[in-house]
Amino acid sequence: MSTLVLRSEWTKLRSVRSTMWTLIATAVTMLAFGILLPLAVANSSNPAESGLNGTDLSLTGLGLAALTIAALGVLTISGEYRTGSIRTSFLAVPGRVNMLAGKAVVFTVVSLVVTTAAAFLSFFAGQLVLDGTGLETTLGAPGVVRTVVGAGLYLTASGLLGLVLGALIRHTPGAIVSAIALILVLPQISALLPGQWGETVRTYLTSNAGQQIALLETRPGMLEPWAGLGVYLLWIAVIGIVAAVLLHRRDA
Amino acid sequence: MTAITATNLTKRYGATVAVQDLTFEVLPGRVTGFLGPNGAGKSTTMRMILGLDRPTSGSVKIDGRSYAELRRPLNKIGALLDAKAVHGGRTAHNHLLALAQSNGISAKRVTEVLDIVGLTEVAGRRIGGFSLGMGQRLGIAAAMLGDPEILIFDEPVNGLDPEGILWVRTFMRKLAAEGRTVFVSSHLMSEMAQTADHLIVIGKGQLIADAEVGEFIGLSSQGYVRVGSPQLSQLAPLLGGEAVLHGDHLRVTGVTAAEVGETAARAGLVLHELTFVQPTLEAAYMELTKGSVEYEAVAA
Repeated sequence: MSTLVLRSEWTKLRSVRSTMWTLIATAVTMLAFGILLPLAVANSSNPAESGLNGTDLSLTGLGLAALTIAALGVLTISGEYRTGSIRTSFLAVPGRVNMLAGKAVVFTVVSLVVTTAAAFLSFFAGQLVLDGTGLETTLGAPGVVRTVVGAGLYLTASGLLGLVLGALIRHTPGAIVSAIALILVLPQISALLPGQWGETVRTYLTSNAGQQIALLETRPGMLEPWAGLGVYLLWIAVIGIVAAVLLHRRDA
Repeated sequence: MTAITATNLTKRYGATVAVQDLTFEVLPGRVTGFLGPNGAGKSTTMRMILGLDRPTSGSVKIDGRSYAELRRPLNKIGALLDAKAVHGGRTAHNHLLALAQSNGISAKRVTEVLDIVGLTEVAGRRIGGFSLGMGQRLGIAAAMLGDPEILIFDEPVNGLDPEGILWVRTFMRKLAAEGRTVFVSSHLMSEMAQTADHLIVIGKGQLIADAEVGEFIGLSSQGYVRVGSPQLSQLAPLLGGEAVLHGDHLRVTGVTAAEVGETAARAGLVLHELTFVQPTLEAAYMELTKGSVEYEAVAA
């Protein structure tokens, strides 16, 4: 992948309004939950004994923000299919997989910057609200930096999941529904699966694994933070490879 | 030197054959018209040339290489396929800039091509608000970005107003005069008659004709002599060629107008009309593509 493709993809990403709106939606979601949930807990009786921790409370927006950033990931490529401009793009860059890689790199950089900033903002806002409740914490406490940085990593990975789904499915609505299913619906449904087999599925299923990097305390039966992120990225890589193969083979 | 070479190019979608065993060459320095009724396979062929669709069999080369093998292809070949296939939210300038950057073309060239097609004033406006004519110009600007030797236009005048049509026509002639290869598709013979030097005609995905425009006329209808006379029934059997009654006159082929006149004079018959009717490209096209039109209107 050449720097030419990267520059071109950066121009494409920054020159459509949906990029700005989905990024703002993601940041606002993080911040809103980061303030409102701590506020609710701070106003409850005896917050210190709620069994909650200040870090996770300030990052509760993750669940929803993962969907808005996934929408941006989807649109990054499905927008070109919707308008037909994908053909013009392929005329300029016949190496289609190269172009997909270029999109992924540019998206990753932009998303990491925005989501990490949003995660830190939410964290600090949340701690301000929690001040005096006994739940407030600092970046110096064990695991906190990993958790807050992890929130940016998890969100960006979710965006990449949207991007590879967009490349695979090529239709905005279909790809967004698939992203919601994979990030939100299926991981929750998997909790209902019975037995050892069900437990394994639940542990390894997409966001159940990926979200561990953005949680301060690993819940019983879940993967360790970095292992969880690794599994999430593996899901993305597998879908990405399928998408790349089809991208190469299919008529545009 | 050939710019584009198609060899036994075939494209099937399931049981449907879009393009069948198409072999042709497109040469530089002239406008080559790619003519055929709607659904004849013109766009499919163009997409295969440009590496967007994969041929079922056969191959197509650009200066001996496939499209995928071209490095920074916009510098070699420019194409306008569908002017509406752009992201409406982007400005004209950013649309062209993203394309230019991917091929190492300078931002200065973006300004230049906007100027060439007369869109400088709307460079900062979103493409979504462009008229059809403006969109077409933007598409041509995109094709011109890399100052390419080869240009491909798919139905470039579709939906344009007369002024726009004239502009596109003049522009294509100018490109060919500069020595470039211009390959342009149309389903309208009348359009090609005014633009093209050479014609490649296809119908139902198959090659029907590959000839100079002048030559093309001769391929089908040969013209006829129109004869009007109050004594047609006496005259008809005397004429050497084939005579067909059309209303109140005869259409005679195979003999010249002079021969008809001499025959009539010898027999002492009165002539009211004696005209040689030149065949038109339109007529030749209709003749050649007869039976290869996907849906034909039934005469009422």
